[in-house]
Amino acid sequence: MSSRLMALWDWFDSRMPTVGEEWRKHASEYYAPKNFNFWYYFGALSMLVLAIQIVSGIFLTMHYKPDATLAFGSVEYIMRDVPGGWIIRYIHTTGASAFFIVVYLHMFRALLYGSYKEPRELVWIFGVLIYLTLMGEAFFGYLLPWGQMSYWGAQVIVNLFGTIPFIGETLALWIRGDYVVSDVTLNRFFALHVIALPLVLLGLVVAHILALHDVGSNNPDGVEIKKNKDANGRPVDGIAFHPYYTVKDTVGVIVFLAIFCIVMFFMPEMGGYFIEHNNYIPADPLKTPEHIAPVWYFTPYYSILRAVPPLFNSQFPGVAAMGIATMILFLLPWLDRSPVKSIRYRGAYWKVAVATFVVVFLVLGYLGVKPTTVWGQFGFDAFFLDTKDRATWAARLCTVLYFAFFILMPWYTAKDKVKPVPDRVTM
Amino acid sequence: MSDNQKVDKTRRNLVVATSVAGGAASLGAAVPFVASMFPSERAKAAGAPIEVDISAIAPGEMKIFEWRGKPVWVIRRTQDMLAALKKSSGLTDPASKSSQQPAYAVNEHRSLKPDVMVMEGVCTHLGCSPQIRSAEAKAEMGADWAGGFYCPCHGSKFDMAGRVFRGAPAPTNLPVPPYTFLSDSTLLIGEDKKGA
Repeated sequence: MSSRLMALWDWFDSRMPTVGEEWRKHASEYYAPKNFNFWYYFGALSMLVLAIQIVSGIFLTMHYKPDATLAFGSVEYIMRDVPGGWIIRYIHTTGASAFFIVVYLHMFRALLYGSYKEPRELVWIFGVLIYLTLMGEAFFGYLLPWGQMSYWGAQVIVNLFGTIPFIGETLALWIRGDYVVSDVTLNRFFALHVIALPLVLLGLVVAHILALHDVGSNNPDGVEIKKNKDANGRPVDGIAFHPYYTVKDTVGVIVFLAIFCIVMFFMPEMGGYFIEHNNYIPADPLKTPEHIAPVWYFTPYYSILRAVPPLFNSQFPGVAAMGIATMILFLLPWLDRSPVKSIRYRGAYWKVAVATFVVVFLVLGYLGVKPTTVWGQFGFDAFFLDTKDRATWAARLCTVLYFAFFILMPWYTAKDKVKPVPDRVTM
Repeated sequence: MSDNQKVDKTRRNLVVATSVAGGAASLGAAVPFVASMFPSERAKAAGAPIEVDISAIAPGEMKIFEWRGKPVWVIRRTQDMLAALKKSSGLTDPASKSSQQPAYAVNEHRSLKPDVMVMEGVCTHLGCSPQIRSAEAKAEMGADWAGGFYCPCHGSKFDMAGRVFRGAPAPTNLPVPPYTFLSDSTLLIGEDKKGA
């Protein structure tokens, strides 16, 4: 750096030292384990997608109209008449699905290496809050194009709240602001989507990172690098986040953006999974489309909702099961009793449990995009068969396994045979 | 603050009292914001009854009307459809005991006149609008299907009187709105006879 620039920096630094201090604390002197692998790209990529969504969202807001009579047309206007409008919208729609892909992979990484375990419980809790907020953000945003899927998706999800005993009806009315999903609902979902939830999301991301940097990053070996420090007080197995990981993440960003662009330019609808075909039909409150399914990232939970039969003349049990399926994630740090963090040093019980969970999650996700008749019907009759649809029974089995993964966890993680964990990270 | 430093009780009480009062005021300030999200006067006023002409509905046909933003179906059922109702089995609530309908619709055909079925086309599960599936749709709906309705959202099935079959997520039969016949061909949806 030239001496003039240095002098300018000194002038700035002596007046506002916080900037330099924070840079050192969170980047140039933040020591991260040196053995990060492929799975460690997805945290940085989540931040990148958040930035992409905020920027593309701001520009969409300049042309979009949150009015039931104008909304659908304004989206078509963005696609056809606004210069560059189509690319901005496809960035935003591709970004929405990309967000869930990187976040799911990021969460799976935490599961593999026990990154939610002590002392990182708060990091995990903020992470789950981010995930839930993201679901809300995606849901509110999905109503805005005011297509058939927007409308009926919102109708179903608002009614989920309506099933809560005693307060449900009032709560659903309060969320909608009308007796059915209407212009009023669209207007408020717009407000929540463009300002309320993004602010919450940003706050939670800051909390997530601050909590992480206080305790330090986990790694594929699940070894605490802070236990082994050199004479300067730096972890011997740590390397500075900047420049080492900023450079590594840049490679990930380039690969990610290449894939992102392929999807955005050549398959922005992703065969109806990123943008559903029925959403090119304007919302019609009198007619539900022939086949409706939520966007792919909600389908595992949607399958659980659909699998649970009503009890005591109420559809609340299914809704509760779906709610608990997401909320149970908060308890993960306390359900896992294993003395070992990383899957590398865990035993067969954990490996089988995680593998089963992944299969169950994917099957539930698949069944959620298909009608319940996808696998045909059983050919026989029995008193316990309240429905003969094979897919419903498959979803029920998967729902039971989903919950078993969590509920039995204290037992099988404590019983599991673990291997000795090395003192230092391995490469 | 170290333990041996004396706390000025009066000042501490004042701080607590101010915080409590300030907290209460903040909660009070939230009331208009929460209240603003309930239906406005304009939304409430949009719920008046509607008068509809049903003379053009041929036997076996269905027409959809909009009342309070919801689809209301009027179906003129054929003798075959009515006969099929008697054979509906595996219903969750065959006698409509826990379903929502006016007293005059608590019968097997769930209507004032056996042939004219009036009901809200809103699934009692999560509010989608089911679709009509005739008795011919056996390939899709199963061999014992005698005609009725199918909800595309979560797979609930109903018979021609809107009664839900077991094994579906919908807990109760499709609701019947209050209605009355002004003449053989005109129907008032949204109001009972006593109010007409």
